[in-house]
Amino acid sequence: MQSDETLLHDRPGLLAQPQAAELKAENVVVRFGGLAAISEVSLTVRRHEVFGLIGPNGAGKTTLVNCLTGFQAPTSGRILLGREQTTGWSPDKFRKNGVARTFQAGRLFREMTVLENVEATAVGLGLGRRAAAERAMAMLDWIRLAAQANRIAGTLAYTDERRVGIARALILSPAFLLLDEPAAGMSDGECEDLVEWVATIPQRFDCGVLLIEHNMRVIMDVCARIHVLDGGRSLAEGSPREIQENPAVMAAYLGMEA
Amino acid sequence: MINFLQNVIDALSLGSLYALVALGIGLLFGILRLVNFAHGDFITIGAYSLILPSTNVVATMVIGSWHWAVLIPVVCAIVVVVAMATDVFVFRPLRRSSAPTLMIASFAVSYMIQNGVLMMYGARPKAVNLWSALTTQVTIGGLREPVLQIVTIGTTIGLMLVMSLFLKHARWGVQMRAAAEDFLMAQYLGVRGNFVIGLAFAVSGILAAAVSLLFLAQTGALSNVMGVPLALFAFVAVVVGGMGSLPGAVVGGFLVGIVTTMLQAYLPPDLRVFRDAFTFTFVIVVLLVRPAGLIPSRSIAERV
Repeated sequence: MQSDETLLHDRPGLLAQPQAAELKAENVVVRFGGLAAISEVSLTVRRHEVFGLIGPNGAGKTTLVNCLTGFQAPTSGRILLGREQTTGWSPDKFRKNGVARTFQAGRLFREMTVLENVEATAVGLGLGRRAAAERAMAMLDWIRLAAQANRIAGTLAYTDERRVGIARALILSPAFLLLDEPAAGMSDGECEDLVEWVATIPQRFDCGVLLIEHNMRVIMDVCARIHVLDGGRSLAEGSPREIQENPAVMAAYLGMEA
Repeated sequence: MINFLQNVIDALSLGSLYALVALGIGLLFGILRLVNFAHGDFITIGAYSLILPSTNVVATMVIGSWHWAVLIPVVCAIVVVVAMATDVFVFRPLRRSSAPTLMIASFAVSYMIQNGVLMMYGARPKAVNLWSALTTQVTIGGLREPVLQIVTIGTTIGLMLVMSLFLKHARWGVQMRAAAEDFLMAQYLGVRGNFVIGLAFAVSGILAAAVSLLFLAQTGALSNVMGVPLALFAFVAVVVGGMGSLPGAVVGGFLVGIVTTMLQAYLPPDLRVFRDAFTFTFVIVVLLVRPAGLIPSRSIAERV
C-alpha cells in the first residue's frame, strides 16, 4: 500500500484536476416568484485562497452557493468557471469541471459506513474498488476519522458528520470547494478546530475554498477575503480587517452579535 | 413434533419465495421510490417463456424441455430483458415523476403484461410439468420432504448471499446502495444514475426469474395472473419489513410466509378459508406496534 501522502497527492488521469483559476459570479440575480433572493451579487473565488461568505440568516448565502454549483439557475447574471460560461450546466457538470460542495444537512449515506461514504464517491470517479478504498482510507486518515471508518454514518456525532461530508467532496479533487456552513450548530471550540483545519485545505489540495459562515469571529482568522451579504445584496467585500471596520457591516451585525 | 417440523419447512419454503419477490420489489423501491406491482408479472413472463406461444389448451414445452443448466440462464435473460425494457420505455421517461405516478405506471405495465400474455397464450390456465424429479420426497430422520422445498430454501439463501456480497463488495454494489439512500446526492457525486437503475431492474429480473421457476415447479400451473398474489404478499412483506430496507424485505417475506403457512396448518378447519384475513390482521398489528416496519430504513424515516 502506498503511503497516505502519495495517495492524497497523486492524481490518476481520471482524477485530473481542472485548471480553472477562478470561480466567478457576475451580477447574479435570483428571483423566486416576485421575491428577490439575491440581487446583483458579484464575487470571485480564487484558487488557493479561503474566501469567506458571511451574512445573517436569509441573506442568500446558500442560494448563491446553489448558483455557483448548478443547483439553482440564476434569473439573470452569469457564473464563470475560469473563462467558461456555465449557463445550463447541471450540478453534475459543475462537479466534473472541478466545483465540489457540501450541504448544510450533511446528506451522508446514513446506512453506509463512513469509509463507504467516501468510497462510493471514489468509485463513481471510475476507480476500482480497492483503489477507491485505499484512497478513501487515506482521506479519512487525513481528516482524523480513520478510527471511525467502519462506523455507520448515521450514528456519527454532528461534528464528525461534517468532516465526512468534506472528505467526500475533497476526494473529487475539486478546483473549488464550497462549504455550506460546515460549522453550524458547533460549539465555539469545535468551530475553531474545524476552521483551522479548513484553512489548510487550499495548499494541501491545490484548490480554492468558499466558506459560508454566519459567525463572524470564526471566519476572520482564516479568510484572505470576505464577502458580506445582507438581504440578498452585497454589503461589502474586503480583508477581514476592512470588514470588521466597515460601518455598514457593523450595523447589519450589531443586533445579532450583541 | 414431526408434523410441526414439516410445517416449519413448508413455512420456510413459502417464506423464501415471498422473500425473493420482496427483495425484487424492495430493491427498486429503495432506488427509485417505485412500488413495482409489475414485478409479479415479470414472474409470470418467466414462467410462460418456457412454453410455445399458442392459445392451445395443452402447453408445449420449448425452453422448458431444455437441460436446467441452459434453461435457467435463458429464462433469467428473458426476464432481465423485459425488466430492463420496462425501465427504458416506461420508467426512464418518468424519472422525475412522483412516487404515486410511478406506482400507477407500474399498474399499467402490469395490466399490459397480463393482457399481452392473455392474447398470446389464451385465457385458460395451463398445466406444465417442470422438473418433476424435484417433487420426489426425501426422508431425513422421520421427516419426509419434497426435494423442491429444500431446493427452494437453498436457492433463496444462495441468491441472498450473492446479492449481499455484491452490494457489500462490488463496485456497482456500493454505488447501488448509495443511490438507494439518496439518489440525487449519489448522482451528484458521480454515480451513474441511469446505469445503476438499469442494473437494479436487471437484478430484480433475475430474482423474478428464480421465483417463476421455483413457483412453477411447485404449482405446475400457468395463468396470466399467477404473479399477482405473489407481488401482493411480497408488497405486504416489504411494508412489514420496513420500506426501503433490504434486510427488512427479507425478514418481512419470511414472516408473511411463516404466518400464512402456520395459520393454514393450525387454524380450526372452519376458519381456514379466512386465512388471509388473519394474515393481514397480523400485518396490521405489526404496523400498529412498529409503523415504520420491523427494520426501518434510516434514510427513509428521515425524509418522510
